[in-house]
This record gives sequence, structure tokens and C-alpha cells, in this order.
Amino acid sequence: MDWQSWLIGIVGRALAFGTPLLWGTLGEIYAERAGVVNLGVEGMMVLGAFSAFAVAQSTGHPGLGILVAALVGGGAALIHAFLTVTLRANQYVSGLALTMFGLGLAGLLGRGWEGIPLKQPLPSVTVPGLSKIPLLGPMLFEDQSILTYIGLVLAVVLWLLLYRTRWGIVLRSVGESPATADALGVNVFLVRYLAVILGGVLAGVAGGYLSVEYRPSWTEGMTAGMGWIVIALTIFAGWDPLQAIWGSLFFGALYHLSYRLQAWLPPELLKLMPYAFAILVLAIAGLSGRRRGAPGALGVPYTRGEK
Amino acid sequence: MRRVGPFILERRRAPSRAVVIGVSVLAVLAALLIMAIIFAGYGVNPWHAYATIGKSTLGSRYGLMEILRRTIPLLLCGVGLVIAFRAQFWNIGAEGQLLAGAVAATGVALYSGIPGPWLLPAMFGAGFLAGAVWGIIPAFLKVKLRVNDVITTLMMNYIMIYIVDWLIHGPWKGPTMRGFAYTDIFPKAAWLPTLPLSRVHWPTLVIGVAAAILAALILNRTRLGYEIRVVGESEGAARYAGINFLRVSLAVMILSGGLAGLAGVGEVAGIHHRLLSPTQVSMGYGYTAIIVAWLARGSPGVAIVTSLFFGLIFAAGDVIKTVLRMPFQVTGVFNGLILFFLIGVEPLMYWRVRLLPKGERWTGKAGSSGS
Repeated sequence: MDWQSWLIGIVGRALAFGTPLLWGTLGEIYAERAGVVNLGVEGMMVLGAFSAFAVAQSTGHPGLGILVAALVGGGAALIHAFLTVTLRANQYVSGLALTMFGLGLAGLLGRGWEGIPLKQPLPSVTVPGLSKIPLLGPMLFEDQSILTYIGLVLAVVLWLLLYRTRWGIVLRSVGESPATADALGVNVFLVRYLAVILGGVLAGVAGGYLSVEYRPSWTEGMTAGMGWIVIALTIFAGWDPLQAIWGSLFFGALYHLSYRLQAWLPPELLKLMPYAFAILVLAIAGLSGRRRGAPGALGVPYTRGEK
Repeated sequence: MRRVGPFILERRRAPSRAVVIGVSVLAVLAALLIMAIIFAGYGVNPWHAYATIGKSTLGSRYGLMEILRRTIPLLLCGVGLVIAFRAQFWNIGAEGQLLAGAVAATGVALYSGIPGPWLLPAMFGAGFLAGAVWGIIPAFLKVKLRVNDVITTLMMNYIMIYIVDWLIHGPWKGPTMRGFAYTDIFPKAAWLPTLPLSRVHWPTLVIGVAAAILAALILNRTRLGYEIRVVGESEGAARYAGINFLRVSLAVMILSGGLAGLAGVGEVAGIHHRLLSPTQVSMGYGYTAIIVAWLARGSPGVAIVTSLFFGLIFAAGDVIKTVLRMPFQVTGVFNGLILFFLIGVEPLMYWRVRLLPKGERWTGKAGSSGS
């Protein structure tokens, strides 16, 4: 096998596997930018994955499955928002509860759907014209999911929104210093609700992508800790949507390599690679003193006008 | 103080013990109620479900023993997590630390050649050490490099799961196991004794109860315990008081990880007598122990009670699977629900609701607040 097909394979598959990571990370970045950590990404993703599969399988419309996954993810995030924003509960514990609940519920409901191949997966696209470019064409524009491209565009849009619009300033100020934002007339609670729900919607789509596109079937625990990689990526990306693209690609490549290198290393050891790298990458970020961009009020419930 | 209609809400500093217990029980009841709806949705009469579960767990000797068996790992991990949470160390890694203990115990049992009577103590020692090592890596990273402890402890779980998988498929795969992914059976000297006609490996249970008592003594009576509590209250205050943050974090995670490691030793030496698939060794004890510790609210003694309760939930999960023919995942749903309700009702504890005197009830603006 020559180096070109290797490179094409790795970049192409890194994009495909990086897609759910990208969607999830973009969502978590927005939630955390508003000051709310949501450790329930894994739970929201797995609920999205199951509901997308169930809807796609019974209606025959994979797109509808993705839509429902988004709604389910948003609904799950609403629980987290209510507990942490309104009731000011501990964000870590609420997120963990959401993950346990999501994994449990998806496993419970998904019993009868286990291991059936999806009749009608989301079709993959090959961009006409662009796919003819040597090397870059087959790498980036052949046999990719439409959700991969939407995800990349979304990253740019969310970046512009965050840094170039008034809305972005409002969102960042809520995560940085909610009291100041409140004094300036911003509805801190509303902004936090919306950001957390957006995070859930994107995590739901990420899960849906897995079950109706990447691996068109449903198996319990098919998210396999990706939700936690997303949390690590959020920090690694410095809460910046554009950086999230590179992070997701890197981890997408790691996941792909863990299959590709099986001729040389035991598969079980390769599978632990992404998780070990997640720790390594955060340690490096810590070593270089980069806690760049951590929102000032991250993880702190906001209490209005109480001393 | 805040007024809602004819009621007045007052903030209180520290809720009394009765309020804490009352509100916790309320949370559990609320979760049971939602579960009843889920049972009904599954076509199982909730009364029948709860009656069956009650009869098969609390109502028979075998059932009670099964509760105890499930309590053992939950107690050991839970006590460890109580210590960690007291220092505001978010150890979500008890699952991996438990498996690390199981791996170390297996290594000693199968490959050390330590003679008979010394084998089990050596296994427990190695298990504690392995769990502690798996726990102090995140502690170092947190203190030295400010890496988030939730993520590192969680990633360490996945890493250990795949290490166990690798061991049982590769280097430690038992030659006598005919293609199954198990290690060989431990020599008899590495088997823990059990209570008659049960799977309750009582030595581990004794260790668990001793650990709870010891942890309570450490937290309440020693200098280390004092430092743990100060660090937990406020990192800033701890630094101001000259407390060595690294030392405290390491001590906390050695204890927390080590205790989880002991739980892993108990599972392989007391029940399976070999190392096998990580989901069979643990079934999520390390994660459920988070709720055990959270419910115990910082008290290792209370963790004995809460771990018994979740031991009952696990035993109920078995009944749900075998008798009611529903998936075991029901317990996951229930655990998530309990946690939701526990943190959801938490604000209730800090408010006292009082009816206003008759004359003032309907005067003034409803919902107005004073201070």
C-alpha cells in the first residue's frame, strides 16, 4: 500500500470519525461559554443515537431520525439546565446523573433494536468536481457525510457568532461575569438555558450521526466514551469553535488508527489510545500553562442579588 | 426571606439531620414513583414488580445474601469516594481503580508463587497498591498541571478497561480455558472464604466495615482529616493556612484508589476466581459508588447504610432481569433518577416554609421579597 492511499484513508476517516466529536464539542463549548459544564454529553449522545436509529428504522427517513435526535438531545439538556440554572444544583453531579440516566434509558429501550442493520442509512455524498482534485479530492470530498460538511460550516458560524456579534458578547459575558451581565440588563438565566439546550441539540445530532450514518445500526454503549472525549476536547480547544475542528480531526485520526494499526499491535491496546491521548493532551496544555479562554464563572451557579 | 402568597420562605444555614434524611427519602420515593411508570410502560404491573422484587431480595435468605454480596464493592468504593469528595477531589475513577486492584490480585494469584497462607494478604496488598497508583496519577496531574480531575479519572477507567481486555485476550489468557477470554482459575489458596450457601466473601466485607470506621476516624480525629476538610471547604483557605495541597491530594487519592482496589481484589478472589471481562468483574460498581458517597454526604459511617441500599438495587436488578424479564439497565435509569432528585430537592433543605399570621396572609404584594 502506497503512502498516498494511506494518507487519503487516514484524513478521510479522521473526518468521518471526527464529525460526532466536532458536533459534540461545539455544543459543549457553547454551554461552557455560558458558564455551565455539562458532563452529560455521553448520555445525551447515546439517547440521540438510539432515538435517531429507532425513528430512521421505523419511518425509513434517516433525516427525520437526525431531527428527532436533536430534539431528544435538547430535551435531555433541558433537565440539566433546570437542575443547574434554576435549582442551582452541582453541575458535575447533575451531568453525571444525566449520563447514567441516558445510558440506562437507551440500553433499556434499545433492547429489541440491538444489532439490526439500518434499512436506509443517511446517504454519503461525493462533491462533484472537487472530488476530482488529485489527493485532496478523494481525501476531503469523496464518500463523506453531509453532516461532516454541515459540522465544519457550523464551527465557522459559531465562531463568528461568538467573536463577531453582539450575541457572542452577551454569551461570553454571562460565562465570564454573570453579575456584570445581569447589571447590564442581560437575562442570565435565559442565556444559560439556551446555551445548554443548544449543547444538547448538537450532542443529540452527534449521537444520531453514529447510528444512522457512521455505523448504521444500534448497539448498546455505541458511544464508547466519546462524550468524555468531547469534554476533554472542549478544554483542549480553548473553548474556541475553530480550534475544535483540529482537535476533532486529531482524535478522529486516533480512532481510525486504532483500527488501522491492528496488524502490528493488539487491538485492545490500540483502543485505549484516544483515552490516553486525551490525558496526555490536557497534560501538555497544562504544562504550557494554557488554560486559555476558560470562562471565568465556569461551574458556578448564578444567584441573583443575594449576598 | 421571600414571600410567596400566604407563605413565607426563610433561608437556613445548616439543615438538621431530620431534614436531610427526610428530603433524601423523598428523593428516593420520587425515583421509585417514576420507576413505577416505567414498569407500567413496559407492561409490568408496578405493584407486582415491587412485590416480586421485595420478596426475592428482602424476603429470602438467598436474596439477603445477594444484597450483601453487592454491598461489598459498593461500600469499599463508596468510602473511598467519601474521602475524595470531602477534599473536593472529583474521583469518577473508582471503576478503573477497582479493575486495577483486580488485575494486581490476579497477577499475584497466578504468577507470584507466594506460598499458601501468604497469598491472600499479598493479593490484598497488591490490589490496594494498584488502585492507589491508578488514583495518584490524576492527583499529580490535577495539582501539578491543573488538569481537570473528572476527565482524567474517567479516562483512566477506559484505559484500565482496555488493559483488562488485552490481558484476558492476550498474555494472561488461560491455556485451560479453551478459547474463552478468561485467565486460568486461581489456586484454591487464593479463594476467599464465603458465608455458607452464598457468594458473600466475608473477609472483604469485614475490611469494608473496618475501612468505613477508619475513614471516619481519619476524617474527624487526625491532622490529615482536618487538612482534607479545609481543602474541601476552600482551596484558597487551605493555601493560606499553609496546607500542602499536593500532599493532601495524594493522600486522599491513595486512600480512595486503594480502597477501590481492595474491592477489585474481593470480586476476583471472592466470586469469579479468575480475571474476566471488565463488565463482568465490575458491572459499574465504581459509578454507582458515586451516588453511594453523595447520599452519605461526607460521612463514611452513613456510607454503610447507603451502600446497603444500592446493594439492594443491584440485587433488584438481578430479579428484574431473571424474574420480570426486563433488561438490567433498569438499574441505570433508577440510579440516574435518584441522583437527579437528590440534587433537585437539595434547595428544599435550605428553605423553611412558614404560613404567615392570619391577618397578614393576603395583604401586600404576592411574591414580593424583603431581606
